[in-house]
Amino acid sequence: MADTQNNNSLLYISTKELPQLPAPVNTHGPGAWMRMNMFANGRDTFLTIVFSILVIAVLYKLIPWLITNAVFFADSIRQCREIDTGACFAVVTTRFNQLIFGFYPPDFYWRPILTFILMFVAFAPILHDNLPRKLLWFSALFPLLAYFLLWGGPIWGPLLIPVMLALAVLVYKSVSASLNPSLGVLAAVAFTVVWFFLVHDTMSETLASAMPIGLEPVESAKFGGFLVTFVIGVTGIVASLPIGIALALGRKSDMAVVKMICVGFIEFIRGVPLITLLFVASTLLNYFLPPGTTFDLILRVIIMVTLFAAAYMAEVIRGGLAALPRGQYEAADALGLTYWQSTRLIVLPQALKISIPGIVNTFIGLFKDTTLVSIVGILDPIGIMQPIRSTTEWNGIIWELPIFIGLVFFICCFVMSRYSMYFERKLDTGHRN
Amino acid sequence: MKTKLLALALGTAALATVNTSASAATLDDVKAKGFMQCGVSTGVPGFAFTDDAGDWQGFDPALCRAVAAAIFGDPKAVKFTPTTGKTRFTALASGEVDMLARNTTETFSRDVDLKFTFAPVNYYDGQGFMVRKSLGVTSALNLDGATICIQTGTTTELNLADYFRANNMKYEPVPIETNAEAQEKYLANACDVYTTDASGLAATRAAFEKPDDHVLLPEIISKEPLAPLSRHGDDQWADIIKWTLNALINAEELGVTAANADDMKANSKLPAVRRLLGAEGDFGTKLGLGNDWSINAIKAGGNYGEIFEKYIGPKTAIGLERGLNRLWNKGGILYAAPLR
Repeated sequence: MADTQNNNSLLYISTKELPQLPAPVNTHGPGAWMRMNMFANGRDTFLTIVFSILVIAVLYKLIPWLITNAVFFADSIRQCREIDTGACFAVVTTRFNQLIFGFYPPDFYWRPILTFILMFVAFAPILHDNLPRKLLWFSALFPLLAYFLLWGGPIWGPLLIPVMLALAVLVYKSVSASLNPSLGVLAAVAFTVVWFFLVHDTMSETLASAMPIGLEPVESAKFGGFLVTFVIGVTGIVASLPIGIALALGRKSDMAVVKMICVGFIEFIRGVPLITLLFVASTLLNYFLPPGTTFDLILRVIIMVTLFAAAYMAEVIRGGLAALPRGQYEAADALGLTYWQSTRLIVLPQALKISIPGIVNTFIGLFKDTTLVSIVGILDPIGIMQPIRSTTEWNGIIWELPIFIGLVFFICCFVMSRYSMYFERKLDTGHRN
Repeated sequence: MKTKLLALALGTAALATVNTSASAATLDDVKAKGFMQCGVSTGVPGFAFTDDAGDWQGFDPALCRAVAAAIFGDPKAVKFTPTTGKTRFTALASGEVDMLARNTTETFSRDVDLKFTFAPVNYYDGQGFMVRKSLGVTSALNLDGATICIQTGTTTELNLADYFRANNMKYEPVPIETNAEAQEKYLANACDVYTTDASGLAATRAAFEKPDDHVLLPEIISKEPLAPLSRHGDDQWADIIKWTLNALINAEELGVTAANADDMKANSKLPAVRRLLGAEGDFGTKLGLGNDWSINAIKAGGNYGEIFEKYIGPKTAIGLERGLNRLWNKGGILYAAPLR
């Protein structure tokens, strides 16, 4: 050791750090990856070869049919067959508007499109916290705007809702200031009910006849295709989360009646298949309502789907609440926070964060469940396949429409799932054990 | 906040769409609405389908249009509600639709038990069998031991079981849900035989890439009289549907078409034609309609024969023969009561 140090004439001693050499060829790059993961030993090699042959065989059959020999533009299935031997995606291109909008009047296609774009604007401040908070007001007003844009009619009906809410708040404030807060809540609720059932319609009609401002009304029967999927799916998703939170809190509540109602609701809805609820909405309700009453079918279905998703959501969130350490609740109590303060500031933020995968799971399930409405005669993408396939031009089409619809559903659900993963990472505050 | 608003928005919509008009006579309701609500199926080749523009077309919607034309003089004064096999009867009973023109077989229980009134039959159908030609089968009696694609939960399932039991034969059912699924299964050789209404079989066969490789067997094993229907207890409304259909069938018998109706009305000397087209008598007013009701119905889509030819006849891709649905004097059983 001493020898080497003293002998300065030895030139092979490096005075600086050598640059790192690339790893040996056989430990990196696709070749090495394959050797490590696919051909590591005899069994792996065998499985790799068998499955490669399977995949290649499937693709060999599928690719010509699906892509190279597929026909994208033709007037009928017979023309498709004359042009080429592959899939006849011409049915998708010809009936594209019907698959997306159903029978919505083509002149008004801009309305659902605008609603769709505004939906992202409304979601933006909820999903990204670095946007101005004022945008939340737009998000709050968006449901009314979307209703107005999609269904049309005079603007006064939707416009009076914020007015009513403002008045209800005023009622609450004045009553709770002069008497007491719980009476204030009761008064506000009573005011809303009275307004809603007695005043609202006459007032909006009077206003409409005085100042006919609005859009051409489009009835629900004209809704179809992915428009229905999005209307039902998004409404269900947006409405089921808060209802679910309320139910979950109610289920854990100390108040016996509240708890009983919540448990009863959740267990009843969870105990019944969605299909049954949809049939109740589409057929049974008609027997209960007075004869001659028509109550918009899409609306009935939206309510049922929302209630259904809310019951599941409640259980997902209850899981999150249960996962919260007892100490968190106790600490909140020790700080002297009221129930609502501790729920809002301490319990829910943590419980919701834990529940994100379950919540998004319910969202995705709900979004896909919307296809069940085809059974009650609503022409969602699945439902609209039937009349399209029954035309003389396209009778005989089998796979092409489900492939297209499946692709759109996959994109939507995949985006939701990816976003939830991003969201989880962002909210991860390292509190895991 | 957001949910509150949303819930309220939904609530408003609910209220806005609740229409509490008392249910008087259907005709008065329909006239007050300005259109008729007609229940059709969600899609049966030739019988009900949507065109590129999203309008309902087919043999069944054509009848709805004729009735609308009889009432309003305008074949477009009709809105269509697609109904499934499960929702159709409640839709009619609850008043969601005013009439049902939806490949519905007239049966005792539907007429008596479910309380509907059937108009005359507008298509005589029956259950048949389709097999591959290569099997060399020429009669349904040769089908012992065959695998059969059959729609579950339909009367065809029961008819099939009855037929095979009566003839001491065995079969293996392959349950399917929809016609499209049946096409796929049958073409993929998952079953030897596909059985459903003969009209459906013909339409399915017509859609195959090589229709000539498949044959329909001559046996028809059930009676399926398809007829439009309305609610029990409103005879005036039922009469309108019944006589609109009768007018279309009589028009074919008398040679009145959409093209020559006006001319016949002005020039025909035949009393039956003059009565049919409203040149004589006041049949329309007796029905509670205008006297031009029948001529409007005929001009909406043509007489029965014209509608048949346009949507399901031999010249269409569906390619159904008239068969039983010929007029009584042409060898069929279509026999409409006269207007007099």
